[in-house]
Amino acid sequence: MGYFRGFAVTFHKLFEKRVTTSYPRQKRAKPARLHGRHVLNRYEDGMEKCIGCELCAGVCPASCIYVRGADNPDDAPVSPGERYGFVYEINYLRCIHCDLCVEACPTEAITESKLFEFSFTNRSDAIYTRAELLVDAETGRPQRLPWEDWRDGEDEMTSAWMRATSSSGDATYSGRVAWSGELGYGVRPPEVGQSGDGDATDGESA
Amino acid sequence: MNLVTLPVPLVLAADPLLDGAIGFSIVCIVLVKVVVAFTLLLISVMLMVWFERKLLADMHNRIGPAVAGPFGILQTLADGIKLFFKEDLVPDRADRVVFKLAPYLSLVPAFLVFAIVPIGGDFTGDGTVTWFGERTYLQVADPPVGVLFFLALSSVAVYGVMLAGWSSGSKYPLLGSVRASAQMISYEAALGLAIATVFLTSGSLSTHEIVARQVSGSWNVLATGVVPFLVFLIAGTAELNRPPFDLVEAEQELVGGFHTEYSSLRFSLFFLAEFMNVITMSAIAVTLFLGGPAGPVLTDTLGWVWPVFWFSLKVFVFLFCFVWLRATLPRFRYDQLMDLGWKVLIPVALGWFLLIATMNVADDLGWPVLPVVLVGVAVLVCAAALLTGAIDKARYDRLAESADEEAEV
Repeated sequence: MGYFRGFAVTFHKLFEKRVTTSYPRQKRAKPARLHGRHVLNRYEDGMEKCIGCELCAGVCPASCIYVRGADNPDDAPVSPGERYGFVYEINYLRCIHCDLCVEACPTEAITESKLFEFSFTNRSDAIYTRAELLVDAETGRPQRLPWEDWRDGEDEMTSAWMRATSSSGDATYSGRVAWSGELGYGVRPPEVGQSGDGDATDGESA
Repeated sequence: MNLVTLPVPLVLAADPLLDGAIGFSIVCIVLVKVVVAFTLLLISVMLMVWFERKLLADMHNRIGPAVAGPFGILQTLADGIKLFFKEDLVPDRADRVVFKLAPYLSLVPAFLVFAIVPIGGDFTGDGTVTWFGERTYLQVADPPVGVLFFLALSSVAVYGVMLAGWSSGSKYPLLGSVRASAQMISYEAALGLAIATVFLTSGSLSTHEIVARQVSGSWNVLATGVVPFLVFLIAGTAELNRPPFDLVEAEQELVGGFHTEYSSLRFSLFFLAEFMNVITMSAIAVTLFLGGPAGPVLTDTLGWVWPVFWFSLKVFVFLFCFVWLRATLPRFRYDQLMDLGWKVLIPVALGWFLLIATMNVADDLGWPVLPVVLVGVAVLVCAAALLTGAIDKARYDRLAESADEEAEV
């Protein structure tokens, strides 16, 4: 009779709750570490964090990042260090959102937002340039490009990966919160499981 | 009988509408019936595809089509339009004529079978309805060989599948069509034997007559003792190539089976035929075993609606079960399929047929029922034992033989 028990199973399913979300009309909350479209962050004083070291381009398994560094002009420095990302391009036709660039970045210049709902009608739109990737100099939030489907609150967690994981590589490390300040947000307090020194509101910034 | 007075061939004769002179109004009524049956079938196919997808989704805890129209009910229409505008490809190595003919060989029988199904009519009387002063059956045609007509057409449908695969000039369709022919021919035997029991009980091949007998007596599902009904259901599902018997289009093995090389409109014709066959097979099952449109007439006004309602309800139950089967059962393995067909269904259907025949003869000759049944069952049990023994022996020999070969190697 085990053969017929299957029929009862499928019949019971008729009255169970549906698991489907009617996607475009109804959206689930995104997980904290969701890997979406990248942003290039700035320090709280508006300086760019990227130093043009090309580590992200080197680590990228999809070879979708193209970086060229240049010396900071003396009169108007772009980044606090010696060099800055002169050209920074990410090809989203190739990017697999693995987040290795975020892990590789020594200055936490590149992080990922939670935006994944973007589509293009031509190749040049798919290649994001530095100007498009940089967060807004005033608010510190990612730019909302016309072909991207941003929803309220989605641009607030651009360094979600960095916040959810310790940038020093150990989620339960003791001591100071290791990530640097960001424009518009500052340094976040430690996550559950991390023991910051309670002095997280003004961490190392430039 | 009254062949002489009939102005039309006997094939269409049983309908009182065609008894006597045939005027313009009668031609009109026949035309209307044809058009209504055609449209009804097309619309029900549309709803069936939607219903199947929706119910299947419900059984998977999903939502199913929900965007096109209310509850996604227009999804089939949208799919049809999409298919219509797709590029129509004929493979280079295909046999062009046969390749183009095959979808129609599938589709036309599916349509024609529905013509012999009585979908309404007050069978407490003579099973007619009165329209515009003319008494007529609620079926397109009532040939005296109705059920044979069904069997013939379901065999023709095999050609559609077989030729489609053969003419594609490609290996997966060929494999699919070889499977299809073997499967459909095997199960047609069981199907025919199950239906033969219905002839014995009803004493007629005309669908109208079979329904009328069921209304005056008991429904054939009981009159024939349930077993032929079950055999018919299983063999019918196999004949339709529906899960769990859908080896013909086993996606995991054969891409799409016989219709792999088809695209656009021709593909949609196969699709249409497949779902239409589900509906007609359900309608035939209802007609042969469940009394067709029989059921209580609950209101005086619009009394003709009730039989149609009961008929639709019964067909609906079958359609639900077909989807339920698909949601529940995994596909058979090919040898299991053949074993079930040849070693179980055909012997069971044949044995039951002989038993019913014996009882009919005993009834005619006035023999006592109980001894006849006992002897009959005893003979059948012996036959079953012999058959099982033979099958086991064959398997034993086969295993021994392969063991020998292995030993030699």
